[in-house]
Amino acid sequence: MALTNPRDRPDIRAGRLDTGCYGENFSDLHPPLSAHEARVQADRCYFCFEAPCTGACPTSIDIAIFIRQIAAGNPSGAARTIFRDNILGGMCARVCPTETLCEEACVRNGAEAKPVRIGLLQRFATDHFMTEGGQPFTRAAPTGKKIAIVGAGPAGLSCAHRLAVLGHEVTIFDAREKAGGLNEYGIASYKTVDDFAQKEVAFLLAIGGITVETGKALGRDLDLGELRESHDAVFLGLGLGGVNGLGIEGEELSGVIDAVGYIAELRQVGDLATLPVGRRVVVIGGGMTAIDIAVQTKLLGADEVTLVYRRARERMNASLFEQELAQTRGVLLRHRARPLRLIGNGKGHVSAIEFEITEEENDGLSGTGETFTLEADMVFKAIGQTFLDISLGDTVGDIAMDRGRICVDAKRRTSLEGVWAGGDCVAGGEDLTVAAVEDGKVAALSIHCAVGGVSRE
Amino acid sequence: MADIRSNFLGIKAPNPFWLASAPPTDKAYNVVRAFEAGWGGVVWKTLGEDPHIVNVNGPRYGAIHGPDRRLLGFNNIELITDRPLDVNLREIKQVKRDWPNRAMIISLMVPCEEKNWAAILDKIEDCGADAIELNFGCPHGMSERGMGSAVGQVPEYIEMVTRWCKAHTRMPVIVKLTPNITDIRQPARAAKKGGADAVSLINTLNSIVSVDLDAMAPVPTVDGKGSHGGYCGPAVKPIALNMVAEIARDPETDGFPISGIGGITTWRDAVEFMVLGAGTVQVCTAAMTYGFKIIDELAAGLGDWMNSARYGALDDIIGRAVPNLSDWQYLNLNYIAKARIDQDLCIKCGRCHVVCEDTSHQAITSRVNGERMFEVIDEECVGCNLCVNVCPVENCITLEAITEGVDPRTGKPIDPDYANWTTHPNNPDRVVRAAE
Repeated sequence: MALTNPRDRPDIRAGRLDTGCYGENFSDLHPPLSAHEARVQADRCYFCFEAPCTGACPTSIDIAIFIRQIAAGNPSGAARTIFRDNILGGMCARVCPTETLCEEACVRNGAEAKPVRIGLLQRFATDHFMTEGGQPFTRAAPTGKKIAIVGAGPAGLSCAHRLAVLGHEVTIFDAREKAGGLNEYGIASYKTVDDFAQKEVAFLLAIGGITVETGKALGRDLDLGELRESHDAVFLGLGLGGVNGLGIEGEELSGVIDAVGYIAELRQVGDLATLPVGRRVVVIGGGMTAIDIAVQTKLLGADEVTLVYRRARERMNASLFEQELAQTRGVLLRHRARPLRLIGNGKGHVSAIEFEITEEENDGLSGTGETFTLEADMVFKAIGQTFLDISLGDTVGDIAMDRGRICVDAKRRTSLEGVWAGGDCVAGGEDLTVAAVEDGKVAALSIHCAVGGVSRE
Repeated sequence: MADIRSNFLGIKAPNPFWLASAPPTDKAYNVVRAFEAGWGGVVWKTLGEDPHIVNVNGPRYGAIHGPDRRLLGFNNIELITDRPLDVNLREIKQVKRDWPNRAMIISLMVPCEEKNWAAILDKIEDCGADAIELNFGCPHGMSERGMGSAVGQVPEYIEMVTRWCKAHTRMPVIVKLTPNITDIRQPARAAKKGGADAVSLINTLNSIVSVDLDAMAPVPTVDGKGSHGGYCGPAVKPIALNMVAEIARDPETDGFPISGIGGITTWRDAVEFMVLGAGTVQVCTAAMTYGFKIIDELAAGLGDWMNSARYGALDDIIGRAVPNLSDWQYLNLNYIAKARIDQDLCIKCGRCHVVCEDTSHQAITSRVNGERMFEVIDEECVGCNLCVNVCPVENCITLEAITEGVDPRTGKPIDPDYANWTTHPNNPDRVVRAAE
């Protein structure tokens, strides 16, 4: 479709691809292993002493044992081993940056630069178990204690599950319509196909003793003080509700979009062909979210997608694997350039964005004065998320914070008595699904002891 | 929920997995690590008379490796304990006190005289052990001095020494059998006649694993020379399974308690021994290859399988396969099976074709309509199962019984009745009615 004056009308439309392409583009990034492949992969594990992979796993899954169980023809047993330490092992198998965690630690990297495919093996085992339909845990006798959990993302779900196993009564509140948090609303679509996030939530809730109330936001529908009074303990798994702004001229133009919001929409839309996407897309940022939006807009049919990161390539938060993924999908990665201003088309819509080349000095980033301009129909902001402390209401002054997030100790206790926290809303974490699961687990055990439970270990 | 607690000769343990008498059970340090890891019991490395024996200072082991240096067979010239008797006894007593709920068996080997056996039994009397295991199996080292397999190969000696031991101890007596023998039923019957409460088998097999072509000597090579050793590990499991089965189905040892040993590495190996009649299983090579942590997979695997197959306790599985043990001559000659290749799983390596073509019945194609394709030719297939076993992809080739119609190979209709070689017209010794 030729545009007589490209700058007048931004080229944004839905249905850029033939119908069949959407399914293909958004199919499983890592197709699951067949039974034969799983055997071949499992055979490669050397069953190390104090396995480095387990040490690298934030939830300390006993990887050597679960792989051995797969090799021994007991995939259900392997799944139980995984779920014992990580009830969201299914999702983690799909989204964990194994290339910087367990697979990086694998001793076979030293042997022949080819780690065991731990993530895929974990998916093989958990898929097998979840298809069979069993439950890896049985619930202890009810304790009569009630715990409130705010946030049905991985931290909250993990905490709720462990508490339910220990016999407590749990209510999870979430502001959104569905449970799952970023598993449901944020993770790239090609990493969690077939509505897996919801299937996993259902699997987890089947333990019993957990009620989920959606559409309830802390600060709006719920008050932290009231929750503390009406429950024996509270866990906050609030995630990061805010998005960093660019702070430059033109940010209010149409077509300058928060990446997180667009990804959430992408995850929920039934038919990807109905989602409008620009022909020329520019993404500002260097982390996983920036990569996710860049790749997904390309997969939706954008012609040119450029990701611009303000620092050097080595400083990007996105892992090397993710960067290469973007490149093989046709995304252009540009480094050492920061946005100066967004340029409108005179009708309130963005049409271009001006950048300045940067250089790194001892005291930080500075501009070199050299600029360039990229034309854009859509510009995505993916420069980090922030914790919205407005949700804490009156207690916001009382709760200890660190660099804008909630401060917790090793047991995930906040400075408020009876209140624990975990996941992205907590300071000093790794902002990974698997780290959130560990937070939830640790907090649950601490809560269990605090409300008078005796450890079952 | 399956109960994998073990009760063998009245010896109770949380699971049926014992560590066999060997370096892993040499001293308290090892045994305590094993118990901490979760093993149900140990057979303490064989005690002998003072002064203790002295072994070579390397090497003591050789091995056969599969792809990726996976250890398939292990060869050892280890001996019995090389620590003083009183040190061992002290440690056994302490460990049993600290771990009262785990099985503690003491393995013994002394010269073949009643007074020697009586003396050592007297010394171990108040250790608190649960049973003794008589080592009649060492194929090297001790056999040269009239002990070990020098006894194990002579049924009369087995019966005699067992009888002495039963007379001089209140503990249950387990007799460990050597496989270096023609008919394992003879020593098993002898042990039972002598009053043994159980037999354990197999000990190791005489072997040389390889020859060092530079030194021109067997491996392990000690200063330029090598001796035969005892073979163990995954490679010997089939020999051990057969011997356990032979004893289990021998009417004279029907139901006689057996502790199964021989290449047990995963839960499935253990279950195979148990359904052939073993009440407990003993592990050594796998622990020496991977460490004690393997008990996690063994115990979980046993329990998981029992749950999925709906067995509640070990007694439900011990010996369960024994009724299906038969002789070749009684196998049903009217059972017809053909190989089937799943073209979706086939990776077209062609190995099935070439082995069938070169060495078997020429029953698999290499081309169909000019294309590289591997399909079974029913008219030639005898269902030998060679292709199933050589195919690198699990379940790509399966053997399927055909129960109706005609066997394309013989042109004869499938006979639904059972018939075996004993009544076959080609058998010069045939009988009228088929025995089973």
